[in-house]
Amino acid sequence: MSSVAPARSDQGEAPAPSRGVADRIFSLNLRQNGIYVAFALIVALFAILTHGDLLSPENMSNVLVQNSYILILAIGMILIIIAGHIDLSVGSVVAACGAISAVLMVNHHMAWPLAVVLTLIAGAIIGAWQGYWIAYFEIPAFIVTLAGMLVFRALTLTVLGNQGIGPFPDQVRTLANGFLPGYFGNVGLGALGGADLFTLLVGVIAVVGIVGTQWRARQGRAGYGQKVEALPLFIVKMALAALVVMFIVIQLARFKNLPVVLVVLTVLVLAYTLVTTRAVFGRHIYAIGGNLQAARLSGIKTKSVVFWLFVNMGVLAALAGIIFAGRLNQAGPTAGTNFELDSIAAAFIGGAAVQGGVGKVVGAITGGLIMAVINNGMSLLGAPSERVMLIKGLVLLAAVAFDIWTKRRAGASR
Amino acid sequence: MTDDAILRMSGITKTFPGVKALQDVNLVVRRGEIHAICGENGAGKSTLMKVLSGVYPHGSYQGDIHFDGELCRFSGIRDSEKHGIVIIHQELALSPYLSIAENIFLGNERVHRGLIDWNKTNADAADLLARVGLDENPVTPAMDLGVGKQQLVEIAKALSKDVKLLILDEPTAALNDADSAHLLDLLRGLRDEGITCVIISHKLNEIKAIADSTTILRDGRTIETLDMEKDLVTEDRIISGMVGRDLEHRYPEHESNVGEEVLRIEDWTVRSPTQHERLVVSGANLTLRRGEIVGLAGLMGAGRTELAMSVFGRSYGVGITGRIYKDGKEIRVKSVRDAIRNGIAYATEDRKRYGLNLIDDIKRNVSTAGLRKLARRGWVNENEEAHVAERYRKSMNIKAPTVAAVTGKLSGGNQQKVVLSKWMFTDPDVLILDEPTRGIDVGAKYEIYSIINEMADQGKAVLVISSELPELLGICDRIYAMSAGRITGEVSREEATPERLMQYMTRYDEEQVVS
Repeated sequence: MSSVAPARSDQGEAPAPSRGVADRIFSLNLRQNGIYVAFALIVALFAILTHGDLLSPENMSNVLVQNSYILILAIGMILIIIAGHIDLSVGSVVAACGAISAVLMVNHHMAWPLAVVLTLIAGAIIGAWQGYWIAYFEIPAFIVTLAGMLVFRALTLTVLGNQGIGPFPDQVRTLANGFLPGYFGNVGLGALGGADLFTLLVGVIAVVGIVGTQWRARQGRAGYGQKVEALPLFIVKMALAALVVMFIVIQLARFKNLPVVLVVLTVLVLAYTLVTTRAVFGRHIYAIGGNLQAARLSGIKTKSVVFWLFVNMGVLAALAGIIFAGRLNQAGPTAGTNFELDSIAAAFIGGAAVQGGVGKVVGAITGGLIMAVINNGMSLLGAPSERVMLIKGLVLLAAVAFDIWTKRRAGASR
Repeated sequence: MTDDAILRMSGITKTFPGVKALQDVNLVVRRGEIHAICGENGAGKSTLMKVLSGVYPHGSYQGDIHFDGELCRFSGIRDSEKHGIVIIHQELALSPYLSIAENIFLGNERVHRGLIDWNKTNADAADLLARVGLDENPVTPAMDLGVGKQQLVEIAKALSKDVKLLILDEPTAALNDADSAHLLDLLRGLRDEGITCVIISHKLNEIKAIADSTTILRDGRTIETLDMEKDLVTEDRIISGMVGRDLEHRYPEHESNVGEEVLRIEDWTVRSPTQHERLVVSGANLTLRRGEIVGLAGLMGAGRTELAMSVFGRSYGVGITGRIYKDGKEIRVKSVRDAIRNGIAYATEDRKRYGLNLIDDIKRNVSTAGLRKLARRGWVNENEEAHVAERYRKSMNIKAPTVAAVTGKLSGGNQQKVVLSKWMFTDPDVLILDEPTRGIDVGAKYEIYSIINEMADQGKAVLVISSELPELLGICDRIYAMSAGRITGEVSREEATPERLMQYMTRYDEEQVVS
C-alpha cells in the first residue's frame, strides 16, 4: 500500500497482553488433544453407567469388530476431507463391492484371494471414475458423489438381482469376524483367569515398538537441535500409552484372541499415519486443503493428488465392503446404508476442519470410536435407537461447534 | 468557500491496521462539474471513494463529509444512495443471468401491491437505456453484453436512483477506444443535465479531455486540486504531481554485479481466460541478466502480473505464444513444475490467497515448493526440513519464536519473508517478485530490499514488479514499463526518472486497442 505507512514494528507474533501464557498453552492443547480427552471421558462415563460392562473382554472385542468397516472408511474419508472434498457415495460403494465379491466367490466359485483382489480393483475403478469428474472435470465432489450414491446403489441391485447372495467362504468370514489362532496356548493371569499368550506377546512387542520409535524420533529431533519435551513428561506419556495398549490387549487375550480385522485396521492406521505425516504425497494433501491456489503455484500436481485420493477411497470402500459382507455372511442390497454419514461424522468429530487442510488419521479413528462407544454404551443401557441417533447427532454438532469456537478465540487473540 | 460546492470532504483520515491509507484528505467538488481524481496505485483514491459512498461507514474514519449543504454520516452504501451518491466500481457488479431491466432495478424493484410490475420495469428500463444511448432490449441477459455496454447499464442503474453525484472508478480501464469515447460523451451529457461526476482514471489524456478540475492524491494525502481551464494543465503537470519528489534514503545502498543473460522472453502474448479475444499481454520482449535487479512498472491492468504468471508455467491466461530462453537455450515451461525445474520462481502479489498455507506452520510453508529436495523415495526428512526452515528464519530474520509458528499469525512483512524463503529454497536462477512490499510497513520494507539485494549478489536475476515508482527507482538497475499489455519503454537506472516512467506507463497508442 502506501509508502508513508507509519513506522510500526512487526508485532503480529507478540502474544496478546490480555491472555496469559498458561491460558494459551491450555487452549492449544485443548484444541489438539481435546478429542482424546473427550474420548477418555466418554469411555469412563459409560464404563461407570454400565458397571464395567463396556470394558468387559467380550464387549471390547465386539465393539472393535463391529465398527471396523466404519473405521476403515474413516481413514479414506479423512484424507478426502483434509483435501477439502467430501465423499457421499461410500455406503453405496461398500454395497456394490460387497455384491461384486459375492458374485465372484459364491456364484462363480472363484478362489477367495483372487476374488478379493478383483473386488479391490473394482473399488479402485469406481474411485477413479469419481476422481476423474472431481479432479479433472472440476465438478464439486458433493455432486459427483451424490450421483455416485445413486449410481452404485443401482449397480448393487443390478449385480445382486435384488436379493442377498451368500454364504461366503470361511476364510472371508474369518477376515471379518474371526480371531487369530492361539499359537502358544493360554497362560493364567491370576484373578483375571486365562489369557492367550500370543496376544499378550503381540501387546508387549507393540508397546516396545511404540516407545522405541518415539524415543528415536525424540533423539532425532534433539540431534537437529530442536526443542523436545522434558524427559519426565515423555516418560509419563509413554507409560500412559503402554497402559492403554496393554489394557486393551489383556482384555482381548482374555476373551478369544486378536480379531483379524483389528490386525488389518492397525496396519492401515500405521501405514496411513505414516503417509499423512511423512510422505510427500501426504504433505501435498494438507497443502491442497490449506490453500489450493498456493499449492498449485508451488508446483504441486493438485489434480492428480485429488484423483488418487478418490481412487484410494474406492479401494478402502471395497475392503470395507468385503469385510461387511463377510461379517453378515451375505451381500445384501441395503448393505452400507448410512456408512457415508458415519465415516464423515467420525472425521469431523475427530478434528477435521470444515474448510479442509486440517485433520489426522488417528483423530478420525478416535472420532469413529467415540461414536462406537456411544452406540454400544447406550444399547447396553437399553436406550432406544432413536435416542442413540439423537445423541450422536448432537455430539457431531458439538464437536464442529467446538472446533469453530476455539478457532474464533484463537483468531480474536491475534 | 463558495456555495457552489456540492461535496466537501475535509480532514478525512482512514487507518487500516498498520497503514494510514488516507491522511487529512480534502476534496471539494463543484456542482455540475466533472472532477477527476488522479494518483498512483495505492495513493488512496479508491479508499476515499469508499469513505464517500459509505462502504466504510461513519465512525470508521475521521473527518467530515458535507454533501448538498448538509453534514452526512453515512451508515452504508444504501444510505449514501438515498442522498443521491452512486458509485460504479471498477469490477462491474451486474448479475449475469438477470436481464438488463432486472439489473437496473435490483434492490429498487418497481412494485405494485407487493408484486413486481414487469411492464413498468421494462418500460422504465427502456427509457433509461435511451438516456444512456444503449440500443438493447431491456429483457436481454446482462451476460450477453460486452463490457462497454455493461458499463452503460450500470450508469442507467445509477440514473434510476435519482443520482446527484456519480462516482466512476476507472470506468474506461477495460473499454476499447470507441466505447471509451461514447462513455465520455455520455458523461458530458449528464453534466449538462446537472449531474456531478467524480471520475477516477489513470488515462491522463481522458482526464485532460473531460475533466473540469482534477485532484491529485499521493501516499494518502491531497497534493493539489487543479482547475483544468484556468491552470492550463498539461499531462506532464499531472504526472509531476502524482509522482512527487521525495526520494529519501529508504533504500539500502547496493552496487549490482551484472553478468550474462539468464532469461529472455520473446514476443510473449497472452489472452484473457474469460474474454479470449482480449490480449492481456501482447508481443512483450524482456531480458534478465545474472545479478541484476530489473523493475517492471505499470499501472493497474497493464498486464504485469499476467505477464509474470504466464511465464511461470502458464499459471495465467490462455492462447499463450512466444518463446522463453534460459541461458541462451529455448525452454518449454508448460507447468509450474517445469518452471521450478528450470530455475524460475514467482512470489505472488497476494501472499494470503496465492502464496501461503495460512493454517500451517513456517517450516511446512518454506518447504512446499522444494519438498522433493528434502525427500528420499517419497518420504520427507522432517528434521532436515526443520533445520532448513530454521536457517531461513535466521537469515531472513523472520520474527517468530520457532519455525512451528503458524504463518497466518505473522505480520505482513514476516509472511513475505516466508514466501521469499520458500522460493529461495527451490534454488532459482530467476526470481520474479510481484509487489514484494505491498501491505508491509516501512521498516520491514527496508529488510525486503536488503534480501532482494542479497539475491542479486548471489548471482540470481530478480524481476521486481511494483506499483510504487520510488521503490523501483530506489532498488532497480533497469526498469521496463508496461501499458495495456505492451512493454512501452525500458530505461537504465541512470536515465530513469518518475516522470519518464509515468509517461511510458500512461502511453495508450491508437493501434493497441483491445478488441
